[in-house]
Amino acid sequence: MADGNQPFVQFKNVQKTYDGEILVVKNLNLDIANGEFLTMLGPSGSGKTTCLMMLAGFETATHGEILLDSKPINRIPPHKRGIGMVFQNYALFPHMTVAENLSFPLEVRKMNKADREAKVARALDMVKMSEFGGRRPAQLSGGQQQRIALARALVFEPELVLMDEPLGALDKQLREHMQFEITNLAHDLGITTVYVTHDQTEALTMSDQIAVFNDGKIQQLAKPADLYERPENAFVAQFIGENNTLEGVVKSIDGETCVVTLDDGSEIDAKPVNVSKPGDRTLVSIRPERVEFNKDRLHADAHTLKAKVKEFFYMGDIFRFRLSVAGNDEFIVKARNAPDAVRLKPGEEIEIGWLPADCRALDA
Amino acid sequence: MSGHAEPETGPILASDGTPLKKRLARSLRMQKLRALALIAPLLIFVLVTFIAPIADMLFRSVENEIVSNTLPDTVAAVSDWDPKAQELPSEPVYQALYFDLFLAAEAKEHTKLGTRLNYEQVGISSLFRTSGRKLDDIGKVYEKWLIGLNPAWKSGEFWNELMRGAASAAPDTDLLAEQRARLTALTDDPMQQDIGFVPGSEIARILPLTAREYTANALFIAIDKNRDISKRGPWEAVYTALAVDLGDPEVQRAISGYQGPGSDELRAAAAAIDTAPPRDFTAAMIKVDKDWAKPENIQAIKIYSGKYTAGYYLNAIDMQKTLDGVSERPENQQIYMMLFGRTLFMSLLITFSCILLGYPVAWILANLPLRTSNLLMILVLLPFWTSLLVRTSAWKVMLQQQGVINDTLVWLGLLDDASRLIMINNQFGTIVAMTHILLPFMILPLYSVMQTIPPSYLRAAKSLGATNWTAFWRVYFPQSIPGIGAGSILVFILAIGYYITPEIVGGTTGTFISNRIAFHISSSLNWGLGAALGTILLAAVLALYWTYDKIVGIDNVKLGG
Repeated sequence: MADGNQPFVQFKNVQKTYDGEILVVKNLNLDIANGEFLTMLGPSGSGKTTCLMMLAGFETATHGEILLDSKPINRIPPHKRGIGMVFQNYALFPHMTVAENLSFPLEVRKMNKADREAKVARALDMVKMSEFGGRRPAQLSGGQQQRIALARALVFEPELVLMDEPLGALDKQLREHMQFEITNLAHDLGITTVYVTHDQTEALTMSDQIAVFNDGKIQQLAKPADLYERPENAFVAQFIGENNTLEGVVKSIDGETCVVTLDDGSEIDAKPVNVSKPGDRTLVSIRPERVEFNKDRLHADAHTLKAKVKEFFYMGDIFRFRLSVAGNDEFIVKARNAPDAVRLKPGEEIEIGWLPADCRALDA
Repeated sequence: MSGHAEPETGPILASDGTPLKKRLARSLRMQKLRALALIAPLLIFVLVTFIAPIADMLFRSVENEIVSNTLPDTVAAVSDWDPKAQELPSEPVYQALYFDLFLAAEAKEHTKLGTRLNYEQVGISSLFRTSGRKLDDIGKVYEKWLIGLNPAWKSGEFWNELMRGAASAAPDTDLLAEQRARLTALTDDPMQQDIGFVPGSEIARILPLTAREYTANALFIAIDKNRDISKRGPWEAVYTALAVDLGDPEVQRAISGYQGPGSDELRAAAAAIDTAPPRDFTAAMIKVDKDWAKPENIQAIKIYSGKYTAGYYLNAIDMQKTLDGVSERPENQQIYMMLFGRTLFMSLLITFSCILLGYPVAWILANLPLRTSNLLMILVLLPFWTSLLVRTSAWKVMLQQQGVINDTLVWLGLLDDASRLIMINNQFGTIVAMTHILLPFMILPLYSVMQTIPPSYLRAAKSLGATNWTAFWRVYFPQSIPGIGAGSILVFILAIGYYITPEIVGGTTGTFISNRIAFHISSSLNWGLGAALGTILLAAVLALYWTYDKIVGIDNVKLGG
């Protein structure tokens, strides 16, 4: 068992290439604490699944080391790693019943029959599928198969569970329900979980930590709220949630705020994140829901921008506007459908602004 | 509103008032007819070229009309004879045999029957052949006696008038039709032409046997030889028949009152009957060939006199019909059960070695990247594109004692030149060559099943703690069983009926039952036995298929994804 300070899983300078020409994973360093729910999030081809497969033992690292509980596992075959895994298509063995599927990892561990049956029953109970032990996987619905796959990965009580896009095949409602169940289960059992997905909502709702992957590198490793509210680079900002971007040059920096001159000459306030000195080219990023069109709520000397309403979308709980701001026609603004909400009409000209802390000047 | 007034029981109606079920059936009928029309060409083709020959084969394996068609009266006469009494049959049997055989010999049908009976009673074929040649001698003495009495008996015209009877007498068309039927059965010819002769009913009543034989003679001469019976004397059997008739006191009485043409000559002959040579057909037949004195030859006729027989099937399982029912054939004639056993055993062995060799190849094919697996697939299919004969001959080159393998082993010094391995013209050669030839039939279904097994199953098994072997054996292998099943059925059924390869490389110990079937179909011409063997083979395959279905389940057979 790892002590409190030592990370449970450690990637040390891990590199992976399949063809000797392109690095799929570039110098990856990642620590996962014991009991943590870590999500690897990223677009397809970003290297996240490869990382998971290296951890599971199905792929070998070209360079670097992977440590599990402080022991290098590069040379340990998958079946000796004792890592539970849930696959994208569940991979339930079709020729075995549900109970046989669950009993399989215990059988290969040479457990006696009575213990096996007790553990299988407990695992089925855990995922609320006790009556389904005699069925075949093909006789179960997608959600039920998902639960069984989960139970099978947990039945031999591994300390680490890997999940490779396990909810990809489910419909939206079931997916949301299962997200909730999986997180609860993981936290109740206190096991370390590495979860791979390309769905950011899933990542945000489930994880303790999210590692955003792109181009074989971790772009940012942070808690969900930090990731959303404080993206550290343009990729993360754009990949997580909806985001408006404007290009410009830093005019002045004053501690936690800076002034950016946009390409059309207008000036705005922003928080410097990836810029160091005046004259740096920058991409400023602002979330649609943080844009303010009520001037009274802004600082007296705050910079504002002229905007023209292009389109209005009624979405029930919120209103959505598409504006033309500083040459960007795809500037999105969201407003809560409150009694006092203003309904802007297309063609209307308004002034918009924001708190400097909400607008982040990132790398261009 | 009428829609709401629908009665709660009663059938559901379509909008035009007809019952819904009827409408549905009508709308489906068109679809069914169209589907039927699409498969009709194939259906007809299969019926005509496949089902019909198989039905014919099944029929041939029990059909046995040749005995009763060729020797109808003998079959009737012999039915009263008790062969167990170990005595020769009575005179009427030999008499019937003489007349039946005489006509058969004239029509040249007697050798066919001889061949047929020879399957059951060895030697009977030559007995029939010699008898056919010498049978004329029996009748010659009666012909000589009659002509000696009165040269008129030599005249065709005289005979014709005699048999035709007085112009006023009624013609006996029944007798004519009866003899037509006798000849039709014998020769397979319809015999329906008008021959310008009908026996008189009066003379037919007085001289029944003579009229019968003469009518048969007239029919045969007119239709088969295209000659008029009145132009020359009848054949010897008619003289013999007359001699037999005249010896009958009833006939003599009838002749005394006869007034028709030739009545004087008849009466003269009847009066001189004591001077006629004896009418002892038993002795006469035995004189023709002493083998007629052997009861077993007549027994063979009696045992196989039925229109249908199980004889071919019994023969096919090394049994035979005897007077006491069914018994085993003598040891030295038993061959088929051994051949069936060998065919079954070797087919299983070939199927098993195909699984052993094909499984890894299919595995690699299914798990390689597409480009490489396509190349490998071409290598697997390559033998398919080469003639079967070429492949089998290639194995001959490889395996023979002066062949590639032996030469190499001798050259390497692993084998002494004098003790070269015998790898061909035996079971080993057949198994090697057939395994090679049938391997693609195992690999292809295996491959297509393995392709549908996602690699994630193996990964899942390993992640759950299974070693490579356990993961394969417990997870992958059970899912590939449908492929093994399909491949095995294909290979086994192909192997069990294989012919060319065992014929070429099998020698004497490596041949299959199919080689024997081919021998009977094309060389020994014992089609009945060939058909029986083929039917048993077919039944064996169906039985095995059924067993397989019971044990493994035919749903578990997959030829593709």
